[in-house]
Amino acid sequence: MSGPVICVRDLRVSFGRGASLIHAVDGVSFDVAEGEVFGLVGESGCGKSTILRAISGLNTEWTGSATIAGRPVAHRRDPTMARIVQMVFQDPYGSLHPKHTVETALMEPIRIHGLDSGARRIDRVLTEVGLSPAFRYRYPHQLSGGQRQRVAIARALILEPRVLLLDEPTSALDVSVQAEILNLLSDIKRMEKLTYVLVSHDFGVIAHMCDRVAVMNHGMMLEELTVEDLMEGRMRHDYTRDLYEASAGYSRRLQTRADEADAAA
Amino acid sequence: MSEPILTVDGLSVSFRSPQGVVQAVRGISFTVGREKVGIVGESGSGKSMTGRAILKLTPPSAQVSARVLRFRDIDLAKADERAMRAIRGDRIGMILQDPKFALNPVQTVGRQIAEAFRIHRSASGAEAKDRTLAMLEAVKIRNPRRVFDLYPHEVSGGMGQRIMIAMMLIPEPDLLIADEPTSALDVTVRLSVLRILDELVSDRGLGLIFISHDLNLVATFCDRVLIMYAGRIVESLPAIELHRAQHPYTRGLLESLPRINERRERLPVLTRDPAWLTA
Repeated sequence: MSGPVICVRDLRVSFGRGASLIHAVDGVSFDVAEGEVFGLVGESGCGKSTILRAISGLNTEWTGSATIAGRPVAHRRDPTMARIVQMVFQDPYGSLHPKHTVETALMEPIRIHGLDSGARRIDRVLTEVGLSPAFRYRYPHQLSGGQRQRVAIARALILEPRVLLLDEPTSALDVSVQAEILNLLSDIKRMEKLTYVLVSHDFGVIAHMCDRVAVMNHGMMLEELTVEDLMEGRMRHDYTRDLYEASAGYSRRLQTRADEADAAA
Repeated sequence: MSEPILTVDGLSVSFRSPQGVVQAVRGISFTVGREKVGIVGESGSGKSMTGRAILKLTPPSAQVSARVLRFRDIDLAKADERAMRAIRGDRIGMILQDPKFALNPVQTVGRQIAEAFRIHRSASGAEAKDRTLAMLEAVKIRNPRRVFDLYPHEVSGGMGQRIMIAMMLIPEPDLLIADEPTSALDVTVRLSVLRILDELVSDRGLGLIFISHDLNLVATFCDRVLIMYAGRIVESLPAIELHRAQHPYTRGLLESLPRINERRERLPVLTRDPAWLTA
């Protein structure tokens, strides 16, 4: 395949105005190749989710340029883009309508896009995410956390997109369920030849899933690493090293820069 | 080891539901001395209910029973609500996951900490304020006088959790129960909060019960680890030997964690054995 699927240049998103103006994303550029898993890692407020919301079209107030599969991301809702890019959110409790059955939730994109043979499509995606077609009559409260996240993934897949944006897809789940969902995401990617952008704060998840990762802090990309560099601890920035070491657990010796920053606040 | 601070023997917590009796905790036994004891488990394993049962903070619908539930020389099993009120906060403190919900939003931070002191010690307002400022300093807040007058929404998550620690430690309890105290925090902030907790616990000779879902964290932070599954303690071992765990559930959990230094094609998925419920 030629050229990147996702191409983002000088993306900027800001909130507020005047003295309370915040640059949530402050000039970010990156490319993601076809079939690649690109990770975005950083702490809360670093802008990683804001990037996803901008390139998925959920947030239309941004500057810079972004193209996905050769099509420029518009500054308004774009139905064609919905068939190319879909998003999976962290909290499956919040992302599924509590009073809609699985079937209603999955039928909505089919209806909006005027696709045919909806029932067959629903059976197919439910099977693909490892749920029996009988799940279509369940409500979200009748599902476990892992099953709910499977439904959220099915909803993202039903329009057969080329790119999935995954925003902390497993951080609300127990570790044993996380393993199942990560395996599922790997399987789907291989079968459907998808490209992923994965946001996570967990270096373990990033190292397991991604080919490349960008480390973010204060709305900017500090550095981009290949997964091999990450796994072997070859990073240039101290901040990345702090995150890397912190992910290994607690140590009395560890003295992070966050100590000083937080104490000074 | 010296006399344990807390002795739990045969603790059970159950709930009546339309589907029958649900056993949240099934007859668990352990002791806590001047040490950091981690309780690890997945959601629904009964770890939080264990912490609450020690303080008798279970919901009214819960049935709690225990052969022994002793804190120092106090028989908690027999203690009534009035006696428990004198123990909670004063002798046994509790830190919860999110300071945003545990702090009173319409009272300044300093006033809340001072109140925690004055409820349990007869002290003048001035003395309570001095103690509060000293305690804020002990949790490494650099400008205690400024933070004293802040409202909870004006502080960061990490600082909020340090404020909770200050509030819990100011009456000088013997035992601290921390239920996922750092799960809502970013990794680097998490470490600084843990370091403060670690120092204070060892300096003051407290017992700490550290409830968490995070195996790596508990293995590196605690002295001893209890692994809970479906209301039982399936395994108990020194934290540094967690990687040598024997129980298939503990092993399964450790295996299913994605690793930063090793890439595996697929993550092993835990197969739950019904025998774990009775073994």
